[in-house]
Amino acid sequence: MADLRTNFTGVESPNPFWLASGPPTNTYGQVAKAFDQGWGGAVWKTIGEPIINVFSRYGSVDLGQNRMMGFNNIELISDRPIAENLKEIAEVKRNYPKHAVIASLMVESKQKAWHEMVKQTEDTGADGIELNFGCPHGMSERGMGSAVGQVPDYTCQIVEWVKEVATIPVIVKLTPNVTDITYIARAAVKGGADALSLINTINSIVGVDLTTFEPQPSVAGKSSHGGYCGPAVKPIALHLVSAVAGDPSVKIPISGIGGIASWRDAAEFIALGAGSLQVCTAVMHYGFRIVEDLIDGLSNWMDERGHRSLADIRGRALPRVAKWEDLDLNYHLLAHIDQEKCIKCELCWTACEDGAHQAIRRLPRDNGGPVVEIIDEACVGCNLCAAVCPVQDCITMQKVPNDYPAVSWKEYAAGKGKLAPRSEQFHTATWSPSTKH
Amino acid sequence: MPQPEFRLSDEQLERNFADIAPPLTTDAALLEANQCLFCHDAPCTIACPTHIDVPAFIKKIATGNLRGSARVILEVNPFGHSCARACPVEVLCEGACVLNDRDEQPIKIALLQRHATDYVLEHKVKLFKAGKPTGKRVAIVGAGPAGLSCARNLRIMGHAVTVFESRSQPGGLNTYGIAEYKLKADVALAEVQDILDLGVELKTGVTIESIDQLLTQYDAVFVGVGLGNTKKLGIPGEDLPGVLDAITFIEHLKTHPYRETDVGRHVVVIGAGNTAIDAVTQAKRLGAAAATIVYRRSEADMPCYHYEYELAKRDGCGFRFQAAPQRIISNGSGGVSGLEVRTDGGSETIPCDMVIVAIGQGPREALKIPEHPKVFVGGDCANGGAEIVNAAADGVAAAKRIHEMLTGGDANG
Ligand SMILES: Cc1cc2nc3c(=O)[nH]c(=O)nc-3n(C[C@H](O)[C@H](O)[C@H](O)COP(=O)(O)OP(=O)(O)OC[C@H]3O[C@@H](n4cnc5c(N)ncnc54)[C@H](O)[C@@H]3O)c2cc1C
Ligand SMILES: Cc1cc2nc3c(=O)[nH]c(=O)nc-3n(C[C@H](O)[C@H](O)[C@H](O)COP(=O)(O)O)c2cc1C
Ligand code: SF4
Ligand code: SF4
Ligand code: SF4
Repeated sequence: MADLRTNFTGVESPNPFWLASGPPTNTYGQVAKAFDQGWGGAVWKTIGEPIINVFSRYGSVDLGQNRMMGFNNIELISDRPIAENLKEIAEVKRNYPKHAVIASLMVESKQKAWHEMVKQTEDTGADGIELNFGCPHGMSERGMGSAVGQVPDYTCQIVEWVKEVATIPVIVKLTPNVTDITYIARAAVKGGADALSLINTINSIVGVDLTTFEPQPSVAGKSSHGGYCGPAVKPIALHLVSAVAGDPSVKIPISGIGGIASWRDAAEFIALGAGSLQVCTAVMHYGFRIVEDLIDGLSNWMDERGHRSLADIRGRALPRVAKWEDLDLNYHLLAHIDQEKCIKCELCWTACEDGAHQAIRRLPRDNGGPVVEIIDEACVGCNLCAAVCPVQDCITMQKVPNDYPAVSWKEYAAGKGKLAPRSEQFHTATWSPSTKH
Repeated sequence: MPQPEFRLSDEQLERNFADIAPPLTTDAALLEANQCLFCHDAPCTIACPTHIDVPAFIKKIATGNLRGSARVILEVNPFGHSCARACPVEVLCEGACVLNDRDEQPIKIALLQRHATDYVLEHKVKLFKAGKPTGKRVAIVGAGPAGLSCARNLRIMGHAVTVFESRSQPGGLNTYGIAEYKLKADVALAEVQDILDLGVELKTGVTIESIDQLLTQYDAVFVGVGLGNTKKLGIPGEDLPGVLDAITFIEHLKTHPYRETDVGRHVVVIGAGNTAIDAVTQAKRLGAAAATIVYRRSEADMPCYHYEYELAKRDGCGFRFQAAPQRIISNGSGGVSGLEVRTDGGSETIPCDMVIVAIGQGPREALKIPEHPKVFVGGDCANGGAEIVNAAADGVAAAKRIHEMLTGGDANG
């Protein structure tokens, strides 16, 4: 069985699965239950001067009948007194010494306030501190959360204050609501951060009620932009994790967050450089029990692939994240339809015809044979048809061999290397869709 | 022949004749609608005789646009409500759905169609209106699906329409013949009312005897008179009390409280078409202890749809194949006691106290339909007997041709 034990910037946990700071980590009872069910760690719901929340806090985006494909919230940090939270953190740590217990903090941007908060937190025995520089709503208007996380100088300054007194690892949680996250990441490193976690939620309005015209979630008829999370944000999170992990001036551990709902998501984050993983929405949707398959699925996959520990897979995909200009222009693909599998829905045809390169030909439905076939000379190997085809492995993208060595755009533009010939039909305006059906 | 000792309770009868395919809940409809692939040149649409744009109406269900969904359906098929309940979808749209090849089951097209069309029925949404009057008058003979489909589209195009119907109620076999557990008369009549509300003049209780006479008063005539009486067996005992034809039996059931339709304790149905199945299942559901199909050929030769056969088997009906009826035997006191059949093993008597004959209907011979450029024909009387959806398609097509004839082709409405 694969070794899932995790050491994240000195913080140890039995597995890489931590609860992210949020409603599931509000109380002792929840965190203790989560640890009993198998979670490796928990980042406590952000602590600071207690706030007052509004009623109606969450909005959801469904995809067909699938609920909560995307999720947003306009809730603030913990509404419980600081002392109560700290007391429970201490209790959890005492009763679960082998689990990672991280305190998430947010106070006003004053050195003294941060010093006091950090000292009190250390007294609990917590394993680490996470600085919430990411919350995009409510707190930012008060000069905290993403108001800090969006300005490199502020980020650096507050991390410095925290590091002046902290003896346990300090993790800086980054907001995605910036033009280039690596600037903020570097500022956190400069301030002395031990690790980063990302992403916090994305600015969003999830929808509008078409009867009342209230944006959602509605509070007495009005709404405010909220933080977007859940499965829909995973691709954004993966990109930002890879951008930070691949930045040579960062080089500190990264805790991956954003849309993780299955062990596959987790493995992808690890492959792009994450050292631990944090989950919030999926737990809010299905409960703590999902950790069972997160662990089981990840370790089965690792066993099958011969990966013994998380170190074997961490960052494995990173070297393959390249700039566009370094991609090989002589790598040619052609769509291939397995006619045995084809169910004749013609979705590939309509997609390629209207949305791609008019490279699929329709054949009469009543001829008893195939109804679609690829026009090899016109296919640009874009993947669209394979993406829309509703049958597993029916359309596959197959390599078209050629004798030309790889050449990137950068090389080609510099006059180096030769392009393998491409079909005339890729570009010709004379190619008229209406001539084919 | 009321036989109270084996009568089912009213509650049990209600249950036995409840919708065999109950409506989808909103959640179930959304779930199903979201499974549709939205095929291009969709085989389901090709397979529908009225060519309803199935992926379009399903997509509209998925987006919560039920009014638009119903419009897509009813625009091309004026009998979209009854078709959703009674179409043999296994051999039409659902049989053609590409998901049969992927998931081994199709999209529930008929139930989705019902979901959309029920919405406009329940909310009394009026989707169509009569066109600007053209001053042309069309007579329609027969208020079945064929005649009324033609009537509706002619009204949309602005022509004045008068429908003549022999019976007291419109709807044709939708009102009088479709198995009760598929389509009930109230739905059939509500669907018809929507069409009449477009300003169709309906004259019930009028049997047309001469088309030529109509031609003197109208600019065109559409004939949709359906089929005639059940054919005769031509065997002794056929006229005994206790022997009746399937259409009469079903019509009585559909037009009276369930308990008022007589059913034998041991019912034999002669024939193996879809009407025979409807008769045997409904006899069973009325409370017959045994209801048996007697068919002179083999199981493989049965003309009924496979799923209808399956339904009858699930209902506990019996089947006797390769048994050719020879004689219906009297019980000596104004009823029947058995059916004598010839089998491979010789002659045999199947005991029974009721015989229902369902060996197909003949044409309506009383009405002569002249070959005339202003006379159009459609539905069962033209195709020899098919489905509601074929009658609707015929009526729609005829309306188009009549309109072209009356206006020289220019569209209105
Ligand atoms: C028992 C049975 C079960 C069936 N089950 C199904 C089913 O489940 N699904 C399905 O799709 N189809 C079913 N069908 C077939 C379907 O009912 C017919 O295909 C359809 O009703 C044909 O419509 P139509 O308008 O051509 O004829 P009809 O529905 O027969 O209507 C003809 C109308 O014309 C009237 N008429 C006749 N002569 C005259 C006259 N001289 N003057 C005035 N009026 C006249 C009649 O009274 C009748 O109302 C079934 C048929 C039967 C017999
Ligand atoms: C394949 C693809 C190519 C795109 N190319 C461009 C582009 O060249 N210029 C541009 O402004 N936006 C481009 N976009 C972005 C779209 O215009 C649009 O802003 C974005 O996809 C969000 O809208 P949607 O997801 O609702 O389609 C592209 C989108 C896709 C999917
Ligand atoms: S890969 Fe792209 S261009 Fe080629 S057939 Fe598929 S959709 Fe068309
Ligand atoms: S999308 Fe796939 S299943 Fe549908 S027609 Fe194309 S190849 Fe066949
Ligand atoms: S064939 Fe099936 S999946 Fe395709 S459009 Fe029709 S109902 Fe939908």
